[in-house]
Amino acid sequence: MPIPILKLHNYLLISIQTEIDDITAIEFQEDLLDKIYKTGATGVVIDLTSVEIIDSFIAKVLGDVVAMSDLMGAKVVLTGIQPAVAMTLIDLGIHLQNIPTALDLEQGLIKLHQELGD
Amino acid sequence: MKPQSSCVTIQKEWDIVGARHVARDMAKTLGFGTVDQARIATAVSELARNIYLYANNDGQIYFDMINTIDGKGLSIIAVDSGPGISDIAEVMQDGFSTSGGLGAGLPGVKRLMDEFDIQSELGKGTKITAKKWVR
Repeated sequence: MPIPILKLHNYLLISIQTEIDDITAIEFQEDLLDKIYKTGATGVVIDLTSVEIIDSFIAKVLGDVVAMSDLMGAKVVLTGIQPAVAMTLIDLGIHLQNIPTALDLEQGLIKLHQELGD
Repeated sequence: MKPQSSCVTIQKEWDIVGARHVARDMAKTLGFGTVDQARIATAVSELARNIYLYANNDGQIYFDMINTIDGKGLSIIAVDSGPGISDIAEVMQDGFSTSGGLGAGLPGVKRLMDEFDIQSELGKGTKITAKKWVR
C-alpha cells in the first residue's frame, strides 16, 4: 500500500504508519518527488513517530529523498524519530548528518516555517 | 507457549520484513527492552538483506531462545549457500559496500549484538552467528 502524502498550503505532510519494506520505500521516494513537482511544494515533513525500525537501507532511502527533494527546491524535515531508533542508527554507524530533524510534527512545521520564511 | 526456535527462509524481498517480525516477537517474549528489541530486529534486517542481495535468495535465518544458568538471550544464525566472502576483514570495515548501500551492514550488526562470528567459504556460502543477552 502506498504511503499517503497530504498537501497543506505549500507543504507536504507524510506520516509513515506502516512497516516499510524496500519496495514501498523506493515507491515512496518516487511518489514524493512527483508530488513536489506537481504541487510546487517548498517544504516537506516526514513524520517517523510510528516507525519502529530504520535499517541501513531505509536510512539510505530517507537520506537520498532529502537530498533529491533539496535538488528540486523543497526542504525536508524528518520528525518523530523514536529513542530506540536513534540509538540503533548510531550503533549501525549511520549518523544522518546534514539532515534536518525535529522532535515532532509541530516542531518540524515550525522549523520549515523559520527556514523558508513563508 | 511461544515457540523456542524459529526459521525464516529468505527468498523474497518481503521475507526481510518477515524475519524482522519474528526477531522482534522473540525478543519481546524473552523480556528484552524496547531499545534492544529494535537493535535485534535491525540486525536481523541487515542479515536478511545480505542474503537477499548477495546469496541468490538462498538462505535461512534461524532463531533460538537461550535459557541457561548463564542467562537468557537470543541466538540468530544466518546461513546461505551464496558465493561466500573472499576477504572477511574487508567486509567488516565500516563503510565498505559492494552494493552502493551505506556499508553499515556487518560491522553494524556486530555493534548491535553482543556476540558475533562469521565463517565463509568461497563457492559454498556464509554462516553468521550473532547473540544478544538479556541484561
